[in-house]
Amino acid sequence: MPRIVRRERLVPNIHLLEVEAPEIARKCRPGQFVIVMPDARGERIPLTIADWDRDRGTVVSVFMAVGTTSRKLALLNPGDSLPIFAGPLGLPSETGHFGTVLCAGGCFGIAAIHPLARALKAAGNRVVVLVDVKADYLLYWRDKLERLADEFVVSSRDGLYGGTEFVPGHVRAILGREKIDRVVAVGCTYFMNSVAEATRPAGVKTVVSLNPIMVDGTGMCGACRVTVDGRTKFACVDGPDFDGHLVDWAELYARRRSYFDDEIRSLCAWEEERFP
Amino acid sequence: MSGQAKLPPSLAAEVLAEFEKDWRKELRKAVPVKERMKTGRRPMPQRTPEDRNKDFGEVNQGLSAEEAVLEARRCLDCPKPACVMGCPVGIDIPTFVKLVEKGDFAAAAAKIRQANSLPAICGRVCPQETQCEATCLLGKASGVAVAIGNLERFVSDTERLGGGAVVPALPPPTGRKVAVVGAGPAGLTAAGELARLGHRVTVFEALHDAGGVLVYGIPEFRLPKAILVAEVAYLERLGVEFRMNFIVGRTATIDDLRAEGYEAFFIGSGAGLPNFMKIPGENLVGVYSANEYLTRVNLMRAYDFPRYDTPVFPGRRAAVIGGGNVAMDSVRTAKRLGAEKALIIYRRSRVEMPARVEEVHHAEEEGIEFHFLTVPTRYIGDEHGRVRAMECLRMELGEPDASGRRRPVPVAGSEFMTEVDLVVCAIGQSPNPLIPQTTPGLGVGKWGTIDVDWATMATSLPGVYAGGDIVRGGATVILAMGDARRAAAAIDKRLRHGSAG
Repeated sequence: MPRIVRRERLVPNIHLLEVEAPEIARKCRPGQFVIVMPDARGERIPLTIADWDRDRGTVVSVFMAVGTTSRKLALLNPGDSLPIFAGPLGLPSETGHFGTVLCAGGCFGIAAIHPLARALKAAGNRVVVLVDVKADYLLYWRDKLERLADEFVVSSRDGLYGGTEFVPGHVRAILGREKIDRVVAVGCTYFMNSVAEATRPAGVKTVVSLNPIMVDGTGMCGACRVTVDGRTKFACVDGPDFDGHLVDWAELYARRRSYFDDEIRSLCAWEEERFP
Repeated sequence: MSGQAKLPPSLAAEVLAEFEKDWRKELRKAVPVKERMKTGRRPMPQRTPEDRNKDFGEVNQGLSAEEAVLEARRCLDCPKPACVMGCPVGIDIPTFVKLVEKGDFAAAAAKIRQANSLPAICGRVCPQETQCEATCLLGKASGVAVAIGNLERFVSDTERLGGGAVVPALPPPTGRKVAVVGAGPAGLTAAGELARLGHRVTVFEALHDAGGVLVYGIPEFRLPKAILVAEVAYLERLGVEFRMNFIVGRTATIDDLRAEGYEAFFIGSGAGLPNFMKIPGENLVGVYSANEYLTRVNLMRAYDFPRYDTPVFPGRRAAVIGGGNVAMDSVRTAKRLGAEKALIIYRRSRVEMPARVEEVHHAEEEGIEFHFLTVPTRYIGDEHGRVRAMECLRMELGEPDASGRRRPVPVAGSEFMTEVDLVVCAIGQSPNPLIPQTTPGLGVGKWGTIDVDWATMATSLPGVYAGGDIVRGGATVILAMGDARRAAAAIDKRLRHGSAG
């Protein structure tokens, strides 16, 4: 079983998991994800690959502790094993030469945007990185991102980085002051939807990395179906990247909330068992 | 292409040789044919519908040894057994049945294992009534065939409860590495055959449990997981290595594996992509593909939520669209999870239903409502995006279509609305494109299935063979196993003689 080599809390509630998975490390590309299950009674969830080390044969994911599965993952330690760490799944992101690309990441997406920004930079693009946090103490990987970005912008609601605006305001400001050829956004559904709405009037191509509920992650079950440009797509095999201006966001919100009550029940049951 | 109209000469000779053995002659003489024909088919003991439709325990309880011997005695031991021709893997049925009659259950099990590596599974899920039992002479003469499936189940269950199959003496290892893609019925069969021939077999499976559709699709009440676990353990004893959570095409491609020293491949990756009807409202919350619904319940054990973390929507009024085995499994699962109403919505009539007769019968006993000649036209949701109702249209049967079944034609103006809060779409699936997409040069047909030479199951790439749903689009466990056996024979020939066969 794949062994955890590192698990650390980056900032409150956001954790990093580095796992020994030589085959995945050898094969993975920006934009792909792994399916992870924390223990034998766990649920399978997708996590975006945030980094890898092909020589050491390890893969890094960053996630937010929210429900039962991510809370279980947050309690694992180096040396522990995962019953499932499978991938790399999904189609890799497009990383060609576009000109200037705005890479927007929020929450766990700050990490997920990193390999993408790195590949876009390597492909000769000017890369503007915009990260969104609720407060400055939630900002992580600043050095890593600042080092590779041509420009690094923080959107923080606490005013510590200038302004208290949510991400759309920053996106509009960047679009207003320079020509952006492409926007990529990774984060929660609300974050990606907000970025897509901010770029819609200007018509700048905006790629989002969708995060619907998945079970197998290989195209077999269809749990992850999303409507894009009026057609049903499977995010796990047709995506996870899609044109943010063509996504049916209302449907995605509803499908993401399919098991809202069950998720709370599950968490309560697990807490009672784990912390009696 | 599929099935076997005529027995291959070697099998025919083997069946005949067994038929002429002295013990068989004596057994034939021991009971007169009239007497054999007088015995009625021994009924399969079952849990009562009211008892079983609330849990996931197995419905059929299996024949007792006495009953199995009585059932075996019904077999007339025909000189030219038509039942063998009806079996896609060519089991020497009369010999195993007569071994049961003789009381030598271990020998009967060994006989079946010569042709079938998953007998406890086939005894439960094969559509015997359209295969071996359909061609049974007794069935033609008296109307009720020998219960070959029930006997196969009895023999293999007896073997398992007695400590499991004995690993046969294996030939010296050939040292040749074979990769099997997918641990479903086709992959497990190919792995077993190739391991018995002395090859080094690794099975690569995308999910975390072996079995493919046997583990994620077919519910516990029809095929207990313990049986599958025993069959997989047997393969491990034969020397088969399993690599779970390994997605061939993504974790490594066929070409990557070739570079690692695998010389031959068997692709049994199954039919991966669930079909939908492309009607309005299909993405509402509460509308599932059968694959997702059954995977949550079976593989992820959502029936034991929240002890297991994966939830499933229970549904009060459940509608399952389709008339195949998967539809029956889904609707009976919904009933067990507490649905007050569990409906089958099928566009043709009862006689066209592709499901096994026994499953339909069991479903009816358990209180499933069947709505024939009906199709959904749209689903209606509430303000939260959850399905609340569906609109259906009545059909009538017109002229026969390409499948020979009468085509359902909509009755104009027959739309009606019915309340539902759970919909499971069980209308088939398409082949998973992952391997064709990542294997340059692999020939694929217009429906996305891998093209093969049906005699050897060889694909367009040297050393790469395929079978089961990835070549057929959607078939049965036993047909997948038949493909795997032919492929394994061809792979063995290739590895030994270097022929392209």
